[in-house]
Amino acid sequence: MDRTQPVSTTAKGPASSAPEVLPPTASGGVTQATVVKKTAPKSDYKPADVSPQRRVQRSYSVRLWSIRHSRALEWFYARFADTFLLLHPLWKSIGYRRVEGPVKFIEKRVKGFMFDCRMCGQCVLSSTGMSCPMNCPKQLRNGPCGGVRANGNCEVEPDMPCVWVKAWEGSRNMVKGDAILNVQKPVDQSLRETSAWLRVTANAAAAREAEKAGTSA
Amino acid sequence: MSEKRPFHPDENPAGIDLPLDLLPGHSSRGRLERVLRRGEFAVTTELNPPDSADPEDVYNRAKVFDGWVDAINAVDASGANCHMSSVGICALLTRMGYAPVMQIACRDKNRIAIQGDVLGGAAMGVANILCLTGDGVQAGDQPGAKPVFDLDSTSLLETIRIMRDNGKFLSGRKLTTSPQVFLGAAINPFAPPYDFRPIHLGKKIAAGAQFVQSQYCFDVPMLKTFMQKARDLGHTEKVFILVGVGPLASAKTAKWIRSNVPGIHIPDAVIKRLEGAQDQKKEGKQLCIDIINEVKEIPGVSGVHVMAYRQEEYVAEIVDESGVLKGRRPWKREARADDATVAARLEHLLKDDITETQVDMVKSAH
Repeated sequence: MDRTQPVSTTAKGPASSAPEVLPPTASGGVTQATVVKKTAPKSDYKPADVSPQRRVQRSYSVRLWSIRHSRALEWFYARFADTFLLLHPLWKSIGYRRVEGPVKFIEKRVKGFMFDCRMCGQCVLSSTGMSCPMNCPKQLRNGPCGGVRANGNCEVEPDMPCVWVKAWEGSRNMVKGDAILNVQKPVDQSLRETSAWLRVTANAAAAREAEKAGTSA
Repeated sequence: MSEKRPFHPDENPAGIDLPLDLLPGHSSRGRLERVLRRGEFAVTTELNPPDSADPEDVYNRAKVFDGWVDAINAVDASGANCHMSSVGICALLTRMGYAPVMQIACRDKNRIAIQGDVLGGAAMGVANILCLTGDGVQAGDQPGAKPVFDLDSTSLLETIRIMRDNGKFLSGRKLTTSPQVFLGAAINPFAPPYDFRPIHLGKKIAAGAQFVQSQYCFDVPMLKTFMQKARDLGHTEKVFILVGVGPLASAKTAKWIRSNVPGIHIPDAVIKRLEGAQDQKKEGKQLCIDIINEVKEIPGVSGVHVMAYRQEEYVAEIVDESGVLKGRRPWKREARADDATVAARLEHLLKDDITETQVDMVKSAH
């Protein structure tokens, strides 16, 4: 079989007169992946990171600080969630919809600074040792992949410590660190860019009311 | 029909391509589950997926494993390199009566596509599904592809378990027939965080894993530590563990793999042993056999997964020389006697240039 380069065509013939440009075919012990990397167009500008996920973040020193202080943050978050729940009547009277804007503004900045939060809207930080799993290039929410490097760094981003190696370390410092054993549901993509704080508060308030109704009945 | 096929416990006597009976306590009709639940040492392997649209390529590659393995993994673009899809390979293999393990990687498909493929696969007769996260796209030959990762391996396991046991899609919509599959997952005891790995296995079991295949094992002491922890946690009673093994072609390949393929741990001692050998390829094979012999003695190990990438022809030798089958003979595809008869009677159709019309046929019948 002779191998000719495929040419993109329309019903009337070739789509353009310019020849299709494909990387050359690999041969003799070199993988096609290597050939593709070698023949990629050269430019003076070489982006530092591999995955787009990583590029929207700053250096990860703050993130690592948060993981080191996971126990303190766990304590603080428990108080904070209680306060938010106490304010439930206030949120309800103003309307959750109306407070969403300002709360989300603050949540995004605070969690963005502390954890490099990606605003998935369904925060699992307390189950993952205060290491945000959405920073994993594969966005794994249930544990590390098999590609973690021997030095504990990410397979995709060689200079980033694996989110899940850090999550395991962080969870060991926490009182309820065994929450890392819970199997997490797949991310609901329709909840992206929404406030996890308000969602948790509203759900907790609803659960509290259901419990009250259950005991009084 | 002159000759009868010899009896095989894992074959439907009515035809090799027909599904087996569902045994009590089994979740699939597959041979792999039967072998494992009988307590036999299972052997699985991996088919190198062709870059071709020719079904013969798949059949030829499956033929070299015939009679030596209990199941063949149909990989889903491993290393993020594009090949024939695992669904396509499974369609071809099930047609021939082979027992494939359909791999599903979360890298390329979202939950809608995956659940559809699970139903399609099960309908074709796929009895085993291996749930993987998948390598990152940067590792492959099309690094510009969009990584999907809608589910992860654990939530994928749970999704398929819900489909099988509850008869429902993730949305809650009912299935009329649920897929009867034996669910598998991958483990890598050789990558950090080491002390989390056995616990992570527990998470996969909770999500639905019934068997696991491990990454290449070249460091047996490390595996022993992992297995000790897994036994202490009681995992080995809930899941069949198949250890990944494979021959290294040379010390150079070993070094390349070590520095380029994330997640494969090769100790220096292994590389030294290969370097010191006269025939490195032969030594690589011997090393693989030695590892199998060591691994099969570890309590809780139920089988081996032989990955011999581009050395598939050695799989039979490795299985034979290591003696793991203990004389057991895995299912083998052979043309049935009646198939041969049909082929002999109709062979002339291929050679003779005859066009029979219906009128001619009626005439010749009288």
